[in-house]
Amino acid sequence: MSYLSDIGALTRKDLLLELRAKETVPAMLLFVLAALTIFHFVTPTGGERTATLGLLWTAIIFTALLGLTRAFVPEREQGLMDALVLAPCDRSAIWVAKSLAVLAFLGLAEAIALPAFALFFSGIGWRTVAAVALADVGICAVGTLTGAMAVAGRARELILPLLFLPLAIPVVVGGVGASAADHGGKYLAFLVLYDAAFGLLAWASFEYVVSET
Amino acid sequence: MLTARNLSKRFGAKRVFERVDVSLAAGNFLLVTGPNGSGKTTLLRVLAGLAAPTSGDLTLPDRALVGYLGHEPLVYRELTPLENLQLFACLYRIPEGAERIGMLLERFGLWEVRHQRVGTFSRGMQQRLGLCRVLLHEPQLLVLDEPFNALDAAGAELLDATLDELRDRALIVATHDPERVERLATERLAFA
Repeated sequence: MSYLSDIGALTRKDLLLELRAKETVPAMLLFVLAALTIFHFVTPTGGERTATLGLLWTAIIFTALLGLTRAFVPEREQGLMDALVLAPCDRSAIWVAKSLAVLAFLGLAEAIALPAFALFFSGIGWRTVAAVALADVGICAVGTLTGAMAVAGRARELILPLLFLPLAIPVVVGGVGASAADHGGKYLAFLVLYDAAFGLLAWASFEYVVSET
Repeated sequence: MLTARNLSKRFGAKRVFERVDVSLAAGNFLLVTGPNGSGKTTLLRVLAGLAAPTSGDLTLPDRALVGYLGHEPLVYRELTPLENLQLFACLYRIPEGAERIGMLLERFGLWEVRHQRVGTFSRGMQQRLGLCRVLLHEPQLLVLDEPFNALDAAGAELLDATLDELRDRALIVATHDPERVERLATERLAFA
């Protein structure tokens, strides 16, 4: 119960920080809309559906990367990871809360991006929406862990994409497969498996990423 | 409370400190002095459990019993003092946290501004809030790195009085103004 209240307090804190600073979500919204607009103009009219869905997933991954780059900025700039790490709560609660906050920001960006994609390219089915929802969980789980790794280093702007993008490749494979393949169910199952495996791995390893001792 | 034997810390080839022995019980006050860059902050981070020593034996109390104030006040600037302390009261599972928060904010002169964002505060006010955060869970081991930094005369006097009241705890204070707390020190460690 106290684990849940820790997650609740930390998530509330992250959402409040964004509500006050208004830095991450507007940037993500602007980025994803700009990316889809550019894709619209560079893609030939009547382009292949798989190719255009690939562009949607590219936009989602890089929008998530933008949000993840900002995820630990308050903790990094104000040295607050020390205060959080010293608190007697389970350190994985910090990861869960941060992942939930990034998930909320990414969900907001996608609430604009998916209708925009439908407007620019073609309508999307329930399988694409389900794939995006499942992919978001994996992206946020893995991305928050790699974000915490990157924040400890000096070249953090370089390290985060280098760590995150290779780990996000299965998400793109699963996402495009679920959206475009005739039998997309197995790709959705693949995304569920990815979320479970990498979510568990990130949850268990976060403690070792943020603490030196 | 805290025992360190032959503690050393290196960053690659750079030696920060070597063979430091510290033994602190409740009621002890360790004064750490030395010029900038001499390793005081690194030692305090090790003794607070935030960094691992390169070698040596270190026994620390449970982290729920440790209070650490670094160079930064370690509070969120986009949140209010009340929100900051409520967050840490939850993480430290402080019973009757609201009363404790109210008492600390009153004591450090922040009650009137408890609903204002910390980012609008002066550095001295932020340092006062940092002290509230450190004292919130009534730690048994307090590790304070330059706690008088940025405090005005009234704030410094308040901290003097607070340190006096905390004499039953184990305290580690690093400062380059040792005269201020010399009267409280029971142990001394000087970095060259």
